[in-house]
Amino acid sequence: MPTRGLRAALMLIVLAAAATLPFVLSNFRLFQCAQVFIYAIALLGVNILIGFNGQFSLGHSAFYALGAYTSAIMIDRWSVPYGWTIPAAGVLCLVAGFLFGIPALRLEGLYLALATFALALAVPQILKYFEHWTGGSQGIVLSKPEAPAGLKLSADQWLYFLTLVVLLVLFLLARNLLAGRTGRAIVAIRDNPIAAQAMGVNTALYKSLTFGVSAAYTGIAGALSALVIAFVAPDAFDVFLSITFVTGIVIGGLASISGAIFGALFIQFVPNWAQDISKAAPWAIYGVFLIGFMYVMPYGIVGAMRLAARRFWRRAAEPSAAAARSRG
Amino acid sequence: MDILVQQIVSGLATGGIYGSVALALVMIYEATDIVNFAQGQMAVVSTYLAWSLLNAGMPYWAAFAATLLISFVGGVLLERTVIRPVEGAPVLTQVIVCIGLLVIFNSALGWIYSYVQKPFPSPFPERPLKVGNIYFGAHDIGALGITILVLIALYAFFRFTTLGLAMRAAAQNPVSSRLCGIRVGWMLAIGWGLASLIGAVAGLMVAPIVTLDPNMMAGILIYAFASATLGGFTSPGGAVLGGLIVGVVENLVGTYVRFIGTELKLTVALAVILIVLLVRPSGLFGRAAVHRV
Repeated sequence: MPTRGLRAALMLIVLAAAATLPFVLSNFRLFQCAQVFIYAIALLGVNILIGFNGQFSLGHSAFYALGAYTSAIMIDRWSVPYGWTIPAAGVLCLVAGFLFGIPALRLEGLYLALATFALALAVPQILKYFEHWTGGSQGIVLSKPEAPAGLKLSADQWLYFLTLVVLLVLFLLARNLLAGRTGRAIVAIRDNPIAAQAMGVNTALYKSLTFGVSAAYTGIAGALSALVIAFVAPDAFDVFLSITFVTGIVIGGLASISGAIFGALFIQFVPNWAQDISKAAPWAIYGVFLIGFMYVMPYGIVGAMRLAARRFWRRAAEPSAAAARSRG
Repeated sequence: MDILVQQIVSGLATGGIYGSVALALVMIYEATDIVNFAQGQMAVVSTYLAWSLLNAGMPYWAAFAATLLISFVGGVLLERTVIRPVEGAPVLTQVIVCIGLLVIFNSALGWIYSYVQKPFPSPFPERPLKVGNIYFGAHDIGALGITILVLIALYAFFRFTTLGLAMRAAAQNPVSSRLCGIRVGWMLAIGWGLASLIGAVAGLMVAPIVTLDPNMMAGILIYAFASATLGGFTSPGGAVLGGLIVGVVENLVGTYVRFIGTELKLTVALAVILIVLLVRPSGLFGRAAVHRV
């Protein structure tokens, strides 16, 4: 198995690459990268709930919308500096997710899926209903935040760094949350709720809390997307966004943190490639990609990488073991 | 009062269609534990097939029969070729494959037939039926009748034929069934075929109402999903009844509660279902899942 040092070195290389990209790529590419980071945050939130905790949700587009609209309304109506709207969206979604998680405790599997599905369906219509706040189906147009005065960065470069930093902080938090006592409780509930309860895990509390945390991640992603796209409208937050999230985590790898990045890359870029390949039926190409990926990597990209790594290290270990045997 | 009865009957007619698609979902779910998100889109494919046959000059009922037959074979082939490779994969992986199928069919249909809405003929007379003071759409009654016929046929198939028995056994306990000599894989494929056939009937019955386009079934799949959940995902009869309830509730809410209107009626119907689920978490007729500890 790779050592800690090797892993840290890899991380550093990736980080260094991420830090130099904004000075190489065009503004449009940077915008796409920021989108990837935002999707990765949302996917991580969804993965915490579905992958780690085993609660199925088709409703995370609702929390994404809640975050986006929180940010947009605070900036547009109350002129709050945009930096404050991100944590505000997170806290609001945490509370909303926690509260939604309480009735959801009674439901399992498909029934939970339907409950969350209903939430996702209701959101665009509710947003249109409260026109006074949300601007109805016209949505709210924002201006793209400029870089702080001291920094010589374009708006897109600045947003790239902003989303990257938020992504890194949230990934670190998620890693710490999931690696410790709490994370073990969350996974134990997925694997065997009754045994977890017998071990003294407060399943009801943990499940609702996980729902809250997951919603908070998605909400923060939503708030960032409002900043990056500089526009929110109800129809962007329909059920298909939720389905895209679920697709993303399955492609990336269930119950893996880094899977969120791969999933985000997939859902951001593959539809574009499909468009390049066939203008006539892009979604057919996308569907073929989707099915192809699932055939080749039924456990997602991270699952396939883990398998490959295990094979590689075993092969690497074998010659030395053979040598040891022959010497012995 | 007359309006009430009329609304209930037309609710039952759409409800029957929701029920049929719900039944198709439940059949596949019972056998494989996956929700086939592509079910609705498969029905649209069948409906387009029927449209092409009708346009080629085939009489309605011949086209009807041919469509059902081709849908059945198509469903079987789909299971054999697309679903079988992921049979052992995690449930979510299989669900994603179904979503893949959904987008492929949708996009391909749009490409071949364009997204323009097409009128679709109904086999029933246009003149409404008059009973007392109440008018019923002939198509509504006919669609309801056909749905009921399909149900009875399915019930008879599962209850009285050896093949039906084998399929039930394969769904309930694949390992023991295999030991008894049942070819479980083929039973699954036939299940997909039957689900596709039921979907085709639903598509043919709904197309005259909503007109044919590649996204025709998106809304209906949602209602069907809700119906199946309401009735209980483990109960075929419950799924159909759930469909009827959803159809009627949806219609009554849309008619009688003013501020809701047509925009929010889906949301309201779903809210009603959720309340039911909070009281009965496995649906009205579903078994509570029993886990071995």
